[in-house]
Amino acid sequence: MLSEIRPAIVSTVLFTLLLGLGYPLAVTAVAEAAFPYQANGSLVRDAKGQVIGSALLAQPFAKDEYLHPRPSAAGSNGYDPTSSSGSNYGPLSSDLAKRIKGDAEALRKSTGQSAIPDDAITTSGSGLDPDISPGYADLQADRIAKARGVSADQVRKVIAEQVHGPALGFIGQPTVNVLMTNRALDAALPRVNPKLA
Amino acid sequence: MNASGWAEILFTIGVTVALAFPLGIYMARVWQGESTWLDPVFRPVERGLYWTFGIDPNKSQNWFGYTASMLAFSAASFVVLYLILRFQDLLPFNPQGFKGASPDLAFNTAVSFITNTNWQSYVPEATLSAFSQMAGLTSHNFLSAAAGIAIAAAVARAFAANRGEGLGNFWADLTRISLYILLPLAVVVALFFVAQGEPQTLTGHVDAVGIEGGKQTIILYPTASQEAIKQLGTNGGGIFNANSAHPYENPTAWTNLLEIIAMNVLGYACAIAFGIVALARKEARALVAVMALFVLGASAVIYWTETQAPPAMLAVHAATAVNMEGKEVRFGAPSTAVWAAATTGASDGGVNGMHDSFMPLGGGMAMFMIQLGEMLPGGVGSGLYGMVVMALIAVFVAGLMVGRTPEYLGKKIEAREVKLAMLAVLILPLSILGFAALAAVLPVALKALENSGPHGLSEILYAYSSATGNNGSAFAGLSANVPYWNATLGIAMLLGRFAYVVPVLAMAGAIVAKPKLAPTAGTLPTHGPLFISLLMGVILIMGGLQFFPAQALGPIVEHFQVLQTVAAQH
Repeated sequence: MLSEIRPAIVSTVLFTLLLGLGYPLAVTAVAEAAFPYQANGSLVRDAKGQVIGSALLAQPFAKDEYLHPRPSAAGSNGYDPTSSSGSNYGPLSSDLAKRIKGDAEALRKSTGQSAIPDDAITTSGSGLDPDISPGYADLQADRIAKARGVSADQVRKVIAEQVHGPALGFIGQPTVNVLMTNRALDAALPRVNPKLA
Repeated sequence: MNASGWAEILFTIGVTVALAFPLGIYMARVWQGESTWLDPVFRPVERGLYWTFGIDPNKSQNWFGYTASMLAFSAASFVVLYLILRFQDLLPFNPQGFKGASPDLAFNTAVSFITNTNWQSYVPEATLSAFSQMAGLTSHNFLSAAAGIAIAAAVARAFAANRGEGLGNFWADLTRISLYILLPLAVVVALFFVAQGEPQTLTGHVDAVGIEGGKQTIILYPTASQEAIKQLGTNGGGIFNANSAHPYENPTAWTNLLEIIAMNVLGYACAIAFGIVALARKEARALVAVMALFVLGASAVIYWTETQAPPAMLAVHAATAVNMEGKEVRFGAPSTAVWAAATTGASDGGVNGMHDSFMPLGGGMAMFMIQLGEMLPGGVGSGLYGMVVMALIAVFVAGLMVGRTPEYLGKKIEAREVKLAMLAVLILPLSILGFAALAAVLPVALKALENSGPHGLSEILYAYSSATGNNGSAFAGLSANVPYWNATLGIAMLLGRFAYVVPVLAMAGAIVAKPKLAPTAGTLPTHGPLFISLLMGVILIMGGLQFFPAQALGPIVEHFQVLQTVAAQH
């Protein structure tokens, strides 16, 4: 057994250096050179260069003129990248029933329609889901159009350009990225009435 | 459910199995010390490592020596990892200034990563420095996986030998598997992940002010490099709390597909390599078939349950084609279902949706895959030796029926081997049911539950199944970062790994010494549909007998509660 001590200790230390530092640092070096945007978190900046978020992370939107993301269970107020989490409510949880009831009522009021897509009143696994379904985006088009003083067709046209289909047509689901669509809306239909905003 | 969802599930499993064949052939070369195209790069490194270890790679160890080396290595790994986590505040790459982990958390996490479980009681993005993630967790994602594959190689040699003694050299196996298999695969997969959007930086965090003025602190890690080996080594420990549901850890449908392939392909490949080394290619293909059929079956069940709506959704008359609570839009039901089957069958434990919010039978199915013994296809290496244990029990059962001494791959299976196999198998119910029963009556344990009633029992059962099966996924409503849960789950993980693997290596030691017999007319064929059915039956009946009573009090009773609630709404 004593003869095992040297290889055990030496191998743990050397493999920690090789696989725990050499490997990730080498991948970091290549990644920063080849894919700097992705390697640094797909950060989105405004005209002044200030970071306004990440294309891959949900952030809160509540104003009528913007697409709203899914509800979030990340952190106490939602959308907290330092505390990614789902609700972890079981299917019979009374907290789940209460939350869904409240969210459904609020959604019907804000859209004026009775339809509710599945993703609109459920929290995602991460609480940071950057996407919504095309159905949920479409449901919000009338509200956005009204707030921006434009036609619903104009809004739907912008949204349609932001729909990404499944990979190879059948892997994953179609998505609409909320942050990128809102940026596109601001770029294409900038007639935001400050009083309404 | 729709055609596109079924196509995705079949495609994912099919591609994984297809890729396992070339990888398995390559893996067999590495196990047998043959030359590979990576020799110019890694041969000098390999020689240098042996020299510093002070070992002779050609000296084959008997089962006792092999086990001793494996245990000594795991002990050293535990100590180094414990110290890194405990004292991360004194170590570099800690831009957020996280303090050291508490003793119970450092114990639980160190055990978790050396046993290839990767259960996580903590929120990584609020707890761990980049140094802990890399030098602590990433390196043990490699090493615990390599140790598992090494044992599979030893078991393969036991079946290949004719009155042999040695099972190979643990240090050589560990080194060759890390260098020639895991490292090159991880580099390629990691770079693909970065290209798809996974961060790879030491920045730590970035402050953002959103379009509507909301502030966010965005946490960044060298994510892609850790994610690649997390999946390839069936580790599953999340870089972020939400694991592969987190958009940084699994940003696209493509990364999702590759992450599923990565977490199962080496498990299947181990079986292929086993077949080559033990001169039993047809028999190995039967093992692969059993593994893949279980993954397919579990995917189908979960796809079915998750395309139903929880009662709360029906109550507000939502559209409800999918139970989207805890699921990401980019994945939906099919991607989440096939992932759940693959991760629980494989002892990976990464998740891309929250199992706690699955419909009762969906969560129950995921738990059952763990309880069947983590061999479908199982953790890398550990799945293969788990499946061999089951195959021995299957030929033993068949032998009892016809009254002949059973054989498997030309080795007579006698009392000692069957006793050791059963000893290994019985660790699972002992640890899972024993600890779960204890937790169900102890107030100190029950405080950690998010949900009450049958779902609360499911949270307990799932936790100990996951820990003992070295899976690492959770019904995450359980707040396990308290001393009671950290300690008992840590012990369950140690039992699940080492109390299983020592009898398996002893069994290999008994088998290696036996003569390799040629099959006779009386030998039960162990490759055709008959044996595949027998083996599947043995796995199902053993798992079912052990865990059905507990499942009946958790997911199954909850399923009927759901039906009752839905009926009352009409």
